[in-house]
Amino acid sequence: MSIEFDPSAKFSEYAHPEVLVSTDWLSQNLGREGLVVVESDEDVLLYETGHIPGAVKIDWHTDLNDPVLRDYVSDEAFAALLSSKGINRDTTVVIYGDKSNWWASYALWVFKLYGHPDVRLLDGGRDKWIAEGRELTKDEPLIVTGDYPVTKRDDSTLRAFRDDILKHWGNPLIDVRSPEEYSGERTHMPAYPEEGALRGGHIPTAASVPWAKAVGTDGAYKSRAELEEIYLTGAGLKDGDNVIAYCRIGERSSHTWFALNYLLGFKNVRNYDGSWTEWGSLVGVPIVKGAEPGLAPKVS
Amino acid sequence: MPTETAEDLIEDFQAIGVKDRLNLLLEFSENLPQLPARYADHPDLLERVEECQSPIYLFVEVTNGVVHLFFTAPAEAPTTRGFASILHSVIDGLSVADVLRFDDDFPSKIGLTEAVSPLRIRGMRGMLARIKRQVSEKR
Repeated sequence: MSIEFDPSAKFSEYAHPEVLVSTDWLSQNLGREGLVVVESDEDVLLYETGHIPGAVKIDWHTDLNDPVLRDYVSDEAFAALLSSKGINRDTTVVIYGDKSNWWASYALWVFKLYGHPDVRLLDGGRDKWIAEGRELTKDEPLIVTGDYPVTKRDDSTLRAFRDDILKHWGNPLIDVRSPEEYSGERTHMPAYPEEGALRGGHIPTAASVPWAKAVGTDGAYKSRAELEEIYLTGAGLKDGDNVIAYCRIGERSSHTWFALNYLLGFKNVRNYDGSWTEWGSLVGVPIVKGAEPGLAPKVS
Repeated sequence: MPTETAEDLIEDFQAIGVKDRLNLLLEFSENLPQLPARYADHPDLLERVEECQSPIYLFVEVTNGVVHLFFTAPAEAPTTRGFASILHSVIDGLSVADVLRFDDDFPSKIGLTEAVSPLRIRGMRGMLARIKRQVSEKR
């Protein structure tokens, strides 16, 4: 019994219009039975400073990541988390967050690893909601505890691991970090503490398409035609491609994954969440420095 | 003198549960002192803390051997503001020697690692390292 989709004309051009909602739509549907709004931010305190009325908070790091293993929480812990936020398997979930939805799209991607059927993104996120002068509150939401079933996380369809990258040569990779991170300049500033990776640069052959190209000044996704210009004409992706996106820890690349997967309709897009903090510290893997993508290593 | 000693601040945080530590951090964030006009008009004088995911700039003044700290960070970055405010409350007003001796591991001792994640705490370590570097350059 999912809630009807947002019929906005902008969304209807996308391959999957049902995964986005506008601020207008959300405003009109707040408080509906079967809808839970989730805020997921980079800043762990932002929700407490004021959030969309009724919204619950899920933190990408303290809630979705396992505190010991470098991985997402167990199937049981995910079910317990969602139950505690009042979410059931048939709940329509709308996620929004700061920074044009980096962490919101990351949370959405994690929800999809666990197969949650109906999870949507608020186009433009927290900033657009605020820019339009819409209501925020510090009131804690009333939560009716849910009964979320334990489901098995699927790591094979939407998620790429380092070994998948090593088998991926010849297929497109998209690096969504800033040009300075891509070229490798960023970890070599004198007298400054090191970043999280031991080497700077990018994975050989990766095209540099900073995530922010996908959004307009209001933080909302650009039109389908504009996205096609960026990813098809610009980055050379073709229908049917097997694509892997990555960034530093997998959050900005979730934002690009969302655009490629749902807005442009690529059927085989994975997010490499190990991303540069893993690849840039792995022993023996190939790295390219500078502004050019570089060549794939010879595979013997 | 600082408004609070590092030891007292650690005790305040350690005495309460994880959720309350977040609330205390939020209080600190709301109480970060405003940037005085001489820096507000001269953003070029401020140093960016690259370890923080959100933009925060800091400036250190040393007057007669006493250290004063100035920070600016947007309201949309309450965690970063909270870190800055904590450092301000325990460091602003210390002597140069005391700042240079200040425990580098302080950010890990206030019990926030679990509440905000180790990755975020790294931002506070970066601020502390930069404060100490600026103090050693300006003493």
